[in-house]
Amino acid sequence: MDFNDTAEEAAFRAEARAWLQANAPKLNLTGMPEKEVLKHAKAWQAKKAEARYACITWPEKLGGRGGTPIQQVIFGQEEAKVGAPRGFFDIGLGMCIPTVMAFANDETKARFVSPAVRGEEIWCQLFSEPSAGSDVAGLRTKAVRDGDDWVINGQKVWTSGAHYCDFGIVLVRTDPDVPKHKGLTMFWIDMKDPGVTVKPIHQMSGGSNFNEVYFENVRVNDSQRLGPVGDGWKVALVTLMNERLAVGGATGPNYPELLSLARSTPSGDSSALEDQAFREKLADWYVQAEGLKLTRFRSITALSRGQTPGPEASIGKIVSANQLQAMSSEAMEVLDQYGILSDPELAPLEAGFQQSVMWSAGLRIAGGTDEILKNIIAERVLGLPGDVRVDKDVAFKDMPTGL
Amino acid sequence: MNFDYSDDQKFLKSEARKFLDARATAKVNRAVLDDASKSYDPELWKAVAEMGWLGAAIPEEFGGLGLGHIDLCAIAEELGRVVAPIPFASTVYFFAEAVMLAGSEAQKAELLPKIASGELIGCFATSEGPGAATAASLSTTVLDGSINGVKIPVTDGDIAHKAIVLASEGGKPGLFIVDLATAGKEVLKTLDPSRSAAKLTFSGQPAERLGGVGDGIALMEAVFDRAAVLIAFEQVGGADKCLEMAKEYALGRYAFGRTIAGYQAIKHKLADIYVKNELARSNAYYGAWALNTSAPELPIAASAARIAGCDAFWFAAKENVQTHGGMGFTWAVDAHLYYRRAKQLGLVAGAARSWKERLVSQLERRNAA
Repeated sequence: MDFNDTAEEAAFRAEARAWLQANAPKLNLTGMPEKEVLKHAKAWQAKKAEARYACITWPEKLGGRGGTPIQQVIFGQEEAKVGAPRGFFDIGLGMCIPTVMAFANDETKARFVSPAVRGEEIWCQLFSEPSAGSDVAGLRTKAVRDGDDWVINGQKVWTSGAHYCDFGIVLVRTDPDVPKHKGLTMFWIDMKDPGVTVKPIHQMSGGSNFNEVYFENVRVNDSQRLGPVGDGWKVALVTLMNERLAVGGATGPNYPELLSLARSTPSGDSSALEDQAFREKLADWYVQAEGLKLTRFRSITALSRGQTPGPEASIGKIVSANQLQAMSSEAMEVLDQYGILSDPELAPLEAGFQQSVMWSAGLRIAGGTDEILKNIIAERVLGLPGDVRVDKDVAFKDMPTGL
Repeated sequence: MNFDYSDDQKFLKSEARKFLDARATAKVNRAVLDDASKSYDPELWKAVAEMGWLGAAIPEEFGGLGLGHIDLCAIAEELGRVVAPIPFASTVYFFAEAVMLAGSEAQKAELLPKIASGELIGCFATSEGPGAATAASLSTTVLDGSINGVKIPVTDGDIAHKAIVLASEGGKPGLFIVDLATAGKEVLKTLDPSRSAAKLTFSGQPAERLGGVGDGIALMEAVFDRAAVLIAFEQVGGADKCLEMAKEYALGRYAFGRTIAGYQAIKHKLADIYVKNELARSNAYYGAWALNTSAPELPIAASAARIAGCDAFWFAAKENVQTHGGMGFTWAVDAHLYYRRAKQLGLVAGAARSWKERLVSQLERRNAA
């Protein structure tokens, strides 16, 4: 047991590090407008693609390197250290393009794969809807056949990056007369179509990281269909399976910041760090945070050994999101009345904890709510039965909606 | 990155499971649990000695297998899974570790081969009453090589041949090796009767110092660090077994017209157990790495392994009883064997509460540095 690279891994890491040092842009991204960051991100993606670092595990003929998952992890670790702009291409290259590669015709693949790898075109995933969140198969955006075309009407929600994306994959209802999972079909669409309207969502945290996307008579050709008519749910499962090894979970202030905050905050005759109740909680959070980090090491070990990681990676988001919320709340408790201040000029850590107490509420919902994630662990990891489905044999149009 | 058992260790672990599934069934635990005159299962103890497990981490020159601590962790996980009724922890995790850590060459040569062969059962005697022992609270004393005082409770104190005892010598705490042949032994009633405990009374028995004068508390903590990691693996093994038991029972139990394993109240409970078990496993692995490499991170790694192990096993054990419903509260169902053992293991190397304080003190120092 050790934390070292194998000889091949070390060689790849050295090579990646040297390339990053020579090529990564030296940027200060703090406070930079998103449009600027995006410009830099696209340039950086093109550079990576040229050097075959963009999609390391993909075959060379698709613009990849024909590398291993562990090389992907190593490059990601090294890239994170240089502070290059990232994140814009993850959904497209991690989920959308693999779906296109699995289901589109050769012409479509030839048209889209390469520009996506080079960062020239960005893709988004359009699944969730106002009335279809956890129950995404209950979606209502519909596509109606019209000759060689389909006409799409409806609304999607929580779409990351829709405002800067060029293309998207969209799951729609093509047959409301059959049970919900059976009446869905997947298409790729042009996000610049005049019938597509993107509106940012104003979050409770104040920011706008996601969008609503409206479709008004958006006409797509049948050649844009991904997979057979009525098979959209199966196609969507392929999309979701392609989610990359979850490396992060919540980001934000962690136990070292909380420890420092307590140390510098007076409490009675000493500091809040001397408070026994606080110390017990801090110990628990340390153990959780380290436990998560070490659990990721176990997954990476499996990759390093050429194996598929076990189901342990599934605990990441549920633990980290809840911990971030709890720690942020505790940070405010430590500050006492001063904790209400969210002005970065006044609040410690530029109000990092005040921001994360708001942001973490969303993290517990995004990408699978706590409750859905527990169902997933129970069903897919532990093998417990699924919930009773009262909608399984009911035509979609006859399902109760509460409206 | 190589943060998992090796193939050889996985093989050792699967062989250990096969062996224990056959030899250490719940019936074996219950034979000790149900009989007040029994403190352990001597047959299982002998069999485990024959497997070489007692000396897994003892160097070959002292009669052990010299495999290393990660191999011992793999064995510990399997022993925890079957709540084995043997003095393995006392002898191997505490006594042998203390000797390997602080013993002179002569002490190692005398004691370690006897441990490896199963000839010597050892125990670790620190507690003198409610609360954790400190240098100031110690009333057991050593004067001119003779020990006097009372230790309570001492796990396996009634069956052990020798004890390592925390005692004060000229006002300075030290660890002492004491032969228990003539010591007073009173068997105590405990929460987990499949692991015995005793009150030991010393009245002038010879006491041989282990380690330096005044090193008692520091050595005790170092031994606790090592034992905590190994016990964390027993806890992980026990917690995983509880999850399996709860799952199996829930799948077979029907209520309101369907299996209760389909209700979210049960599914989410079992998912919560899974999450804690995985966190405990990862923290235990880190402890194993630190122990095996004598890393300076050991005190922090051991604290985290201990805290996560205590939390996971207790949670899994109590929610396993809960998932079994009324059946879970009966003597006939095995859920209580784990419920008892979770408490026993959660306290023998010091309560999690103390470890949390210890962990934060270490983090404070690291954070200030």
